[in-house]
Amino acid sequence: MIDRDAVLHVAALARLELNSEEVERMAAELSAVLGHIEKISELDLEGVEPTSRVVELENVLRPDIPQPSLPVEVALAQAPAVSGGGFSVPGSGA
Amino acid sequence: MSEILDLTAAAAGAAVRSGELGASELFEFYRQRAQDDQLNAFTWVAEATPGEAAIDGPLSGVPLAVKDLFCTKGIVSQSGSRILEGFRPPYSATVVEQLENAGAPLFAKTNQDEFAMGSSNENSAFGPVFNPWDVTRVPGGSSGGSAAAVAAGSAPWALGTDTGGSIRQPASFCGIVGLKPTYGAVSRYGMIAFASSLDQAGVLTRDVTDAALLLSEMVGRDPRDSTSLEYPGSLVLPTGRDLSGIRLGVPEELTEGVEGIEPGVRAVFDDALRTAESMGATVETCRLPHAPHALSAYYLIAPAEASANLSRYDGVRFGLRVEGDGDLKEMYERTRSAGFGPEVKRRIMLGTYALSSGYYDAYYGRAQRVRTKIAEDFNTAFESFDFIVTPTSPSVAFKLGARTADPLAMYLSDYFTVPMSLAGIPAISIPAGLSEGLPVGLQIAGPAFSEQRILEAAYALEGAFAFDASGARRSGSK
Amino acid sequence: MTTSYEPVIGLEIHVQLSTKTKMFCACELSFGEQPNSRTCPVCLGMPGTLPVVNARAIDFGLLIGLALGSEIAPRSIFHRKNYFYPDLPKGYQISQFDIPLCLGGRLGEVAIHRVHLEEDAAKLTHQGTSGRINDADSSVVDFNRGGTPLVEIVTEPDIYSAAQAREWLTLLRTTLRQLGVSDVNMEEGSLRCDANISIRPVGETTLGTKTELKNMNSFRFIERGIDAEIARQVALVEAGQTVAQETLHFDPASGTLTSLRSKEDSHDYRYFPEPDLVPIVVTQAMLAQAHAALPELPAQRAQRFELDFALTAEIARMLAFRTELGDYFEAAVGSRDCDDPAAIASWVTGELVARLGDGDPGDSKVTPQALSKLVGLVSTKQLTSGAGKSVLDRLVADGGDPAAVMESEGLAAMDSGDELAEAVADAIAANPDAVAKLRDGKEQAIGALIGHVMRETKGRADGGEVTRLVREQLGL
Ligand SMILES: [Zn+2]
Repeated sequence: MIDRDAVLHVAALARLELNSEEVERMAAELSAVLGHIEKISELDLEGVEPTSRVVELENVLRPDIPQPSLPVEVALAQAPAVSGGGFSVPGSGA
Repeated sequence: MSEILDLTAAAAGAAVRSGELGASELFEFYRQRAQDDQLNAFTWVAEATPGEAAIDGPLSGVPLAVKDLFCTKGIVSQSGSRILEGFRPPYSATVVEQLENAGAPLFAKTNQDEFAMGSSNENSAFGPVFNPWDVTRVPGGSSGGSAAAVAAGSAPWALGTDTGGSIRQPASFCGIVGLKPTYGAVSRYGMIAFASSLDQAGVLTRDVTDAALLLSEMVGRDPRDSTSLEYPGSLVLPTGRDLSGIRLGVPEELTEGVEGIEPGVRAVFDDALRTAESMGATVETCRLPHAPHALSAYYLIAPAEASANLSRYDGVRFGLRVEGDGDLKEMYERTRSAGFGPEVKRRIMLGTYALSSGYYDAYYGRAQRVRTKIAEDFNTAFESFDFIVTPTSPSVAFKLGARTADPLAMYLSDYFTVPMSLAGIPAISIPAGLSEGLPVGLQIAGPAFSEQRILEAAYALEGAFAFDASGARRSGSK
Repeated sequence: MTTSYEPVIGLEIHVQLSTKTKMFCACELSFGEQPNSRTCPVCLGMPGTLPVVNARAIDFGLLIGLALGSEIAPRSIFHRKNYFYPDLPKGYQISQFDIPLCLGGRLGEVAIHRVHLEEDAAKLTHQGTSGRINDADSSVVDFNRGGTPLVEIVTEPDIYSAAQAREWLTLLRTTLRQLGVSDVNMEEGSLRCDANISIRPVGETTLGTKTELKNMNSFRFIERGIDAEIARQVALVEAGQTVAQETLHFDPASGTLTSLRSKEDSHDYRYFPEPDLVPIVVTQAMLAQAHAALPELPAQRAQRFELDFALTAEIARMLAFRTELGDYFEAAVGSRDCDDPAAIASWVTGELVARLGDGDPGDSKVTPQALSKLVGLVSTKQLTSGAGKSVLDRLVADGGDPAAVMESEGLAAMDSGDELAEAVADAIAANPDAVAKLRDGKEQAIGALIGHVMRETKGRADGGEVTRLVREQLGL
């Protein structure tokens, strides 16, 4: 049900690099899982509201009052690459 | 030191308060047990014992182990994943802070399935955890390290998280108590997210009293978590001795003719129901018509949310980075492919697919509607019943490797626990007996914020079951 | 026969709100601080952190919705918009999707499609040689801006020229400034505008293929960029080619348009409801508070100026769309030194603006009362309009009272008494040629005589009176 092309498309969206063996396995496994899940398409859900969250809360708001930020060195401490006081990343085209 | 090993957390706390036991001595005892752990249950153990002053409070200095995914300031927090290699957060999870302030100092962090995705603890970058009842078997997951540590007596109590059964199922497999509270009862701030609308922190303890004690210091609204609530009422130590007038519902859809429910599990469950009746409860069949579809809805909603929650692992601000040939997209793909394990990739793929253009309505949108129906089913059932009871898992702990090749078979071990997660309601697993020499858990679920009543019923049943877990406690540490 | 084309333009405007803290965390907003000094675990997207909505951002959103006459959603929610980019720490932007805070509305002649809240991206600085990300070797991310509250305002395709787009944006900017919800400074990025542009043959009602023009960072560039894109599309169509749907960048230095590579290859943002946040349900109290905080808006003010002061629509808008001009005008009218508001309006928008440019007249040396007195002197013919301009020059340079300036400079208008009659007689005596022509019926020759009188009287004479006296003395 999920073919190679679909796996490759989804992997690109999710920024995952899969080798060809992983692509085949993923296609088979996702098809099996979705095959099972497919059963919910038999349910009559006409007029049923979707549930995105189970807590009945609304308007949980924060007053606009500043709190201290992290010291710069702490903000950057976990970064794999730092340059010029910022997080360094490769360019988007070679 | 065998006396300390046999003390529940509440009893150890009482001994500290009465002066019979020093808090430092208690901490050092468990620190040493965790150091000597043979089950691969821990990912970090404290190097030193804190001073006595640091362990003052209602929890009396009884040290706490927390699942790796709780962020702990300055201490590596990886959620069992390689992609967070070496990540030392500059903050602690709210619940960890709350418990430390209440006098439960952190002494260890426990192994888990990567990003809490798994039911066997075999999906960890730190390797699998072994079940203290039989080291050739899994401890369950995803809070497998916490469950194994408590069962083996390497931790007096531990925090876990439950998204679809990740506290209750390992508690069942390891013969201990595991409680997943009402969604929103405990802050999620600082808990590395798997599926935000389902994740909930909870406790893994030796007995029901410990569960009540630990949970009572965790609940409450956190201004840093918009989905947390003020807990209505307060939680106290349970004292229930009988079940008179309690109406237990056994969902027909979850127990009748379910494939894969082991006869031994069924037998322990039936015995447990008879025990409950003998204590004054009534047991009747109830209906949860949409419960059989819960697993399908769960395996769409949780991966969808996870696919977004895991997008932040991109090699830019923290954790692993694998460079490509200087290209941004390549760095992303290499980092994520090297950092995530196969199960995490599978769920990211599934979730991305379920949300992608053209499939949203058929998958994610439909799953959310099924979720509505499941919650309605529970509401209806609770009009006639105090609690819904099921076996916690269809099986006892299975052999390591037995289900790794078949994701669907693995997913089925959450069959009984997922419906409650979708409805956001509290549920406990308590050990009810043995099958083939391995523990079988009984799940008791109640309406939102019925934790105190669940704890009372579980406490009464615990007394009647008189489950003996002392054997496992001696096996896990050298 | 050639076809003529009409452009159809819709705008998407991003406005940074001037709250104290970010949209979902308590970091203070940044104004050029050290990179990454205004960040915290939440706005760095660190594991386990959660967003909490800034209450003032919601209040500002409501204020904008009311000002634009939008329908306020009784219940609106946030969504996650998923894409990977280094300036987006969580890998998704928290935004609003199918249930925005405000729907519909109108500002001036342009209908509003929707108004929603979201968080700003961080700042990515490219370190490559060309400065363009596609060629950059590496980039550096500063998360100070990341998480700044943004309001996105989307118009209907209701704009039909670049000049109209610019004028409407000016109105929007003044409106937002009046509301006090944003600094609305395009150069500093607190107001950013993208334009969706298509063309169609005049008379056609269906829309052509649109392109999106991004990142225009000044009012001037918006007009030039849109004009350049319209010209490009017309040239394409006239050459028999078709317009491709794409995103373009306008380079104001070269005046050229370049196509941008898209952020996500397939633009599949996989929106879904943000599970970490709960719905915003606008209560009566919130609405009442917003209504109470709503000031008079430029469009309303223009209408009031038209009705109360009998101004032309054009002059009323000139005053109302520049808040400081409107304020100055009202102060001048309020000083009661002149009972002709239309004359004051004309002096403010004409002579005063000509002398002060974009400057705020409130900061000039000409007080509103002084201007009002000056216009009063002209209206009552105590001062000719030419001499009035000279007085205004002095007021702009040195300030002071117009009557005093008039006296000290000897600029008071002459009455039609002996002094003026004498001046006219002198002019007739000094210009026999002009007098002869005038007698021959060459009416325009009177100009030389009037000019002579004006020169001699330093502009204090009234032109009409001079004409009358010339004719009288010549017996014409
Ligand atoms: Zn922040």
